[in-house]
Amino acid sequence: MKNPQRSPTNPGSLRSRFTQVFLQSLLRIRKHNPTSSSSSSHGEFLKRCRRVKVAAYVSMARAVGTRRAWSRATLWRARNGERQRNLLYGRCSKSNSRERSLGKRKRKKKKKKKRDNEEHSFGHAKKLQKLVPGGEAMDFCCLLDETAHYIKCLITQVKVMRSIADFYSL
Amino acid sequence: MSSRRSRSRQSGSSGISDDQIIDLVSKLQQLLPEIRNRRSDKVSAAKVLQETCNHIRSLHREVDDLSERLSELLANSDSDQAAVIRNLLMQ
Repeated sequence: MKNPQRSPTNPGSLRSRFTQVFLQSLLRIRKHNPTSSSSSSHGEFLKRCRRVKVAAYVSMARAVGTRRAWSRATLWRARNGERQRNLLYGRCSKSNSRERSLGKRKRKKKKKKKRDNEEHSFGHAKKLQKLVPGGEAMDFCCLLDETAHYIKCLITQVKVMRSIADFYSL
Repeated sequence: MSSRRSRSRQSGSSGISDDQIIDLVSKLQQLLPEIRNRRSDKVSAAKVLQETCNHIRSLHREVDDLSERLSELLANSDSDQAAVIRNLLMQ
């Protein structure tokens, strides 16, 4: 199956799908957060800022769909973020520490299997795991594969966001 | 396609082959703006991973800046539906 991501004129391309979803989210944010003409507080500005940022990442994950581990992780995090946060506040950090220990156990298992010439790379791979959504649950191979796709999508996301910002600041 | 290939290989072998890793690392290398121009094989996998991390972090920062800009514009602009549709068509 052809990868339609590269052609911007293709109506089903990743870029146009993302643009559509993201613009819809922006309009929704504007509707639900009408700013008063008098200066809105800095806190409100930060809140809206964060909403736009989250909308950008979630819109890209939606445009990609569920065929990628990182997009699934982003969508899952967006859906369950509220629940996780409530758990954290309710039970201090029990659920959080549980998740962290699971991750540590997985990482220890991987360390035994790796060879000497890859030891150097695995130090950086851990940092990469934290940057890519869902990376903590991936093995090295999947991580590299998902990272390549994630970077491609991030570049598209930045390009579209920049062109929208330029368009509206005219 | 490549993800399918690597997955089938993994199910067959017990470990991860060096060729697979070299393949994936070179694919990442192509995406990096600085290293892409050098085109040499001397770039180690660790360097590629490090540059990849830096690249992702800088992209995240750009997204942060752009969302700040966009949320400001959202507050100030009176843009109507037509402008949005026009932007969509321009893609």
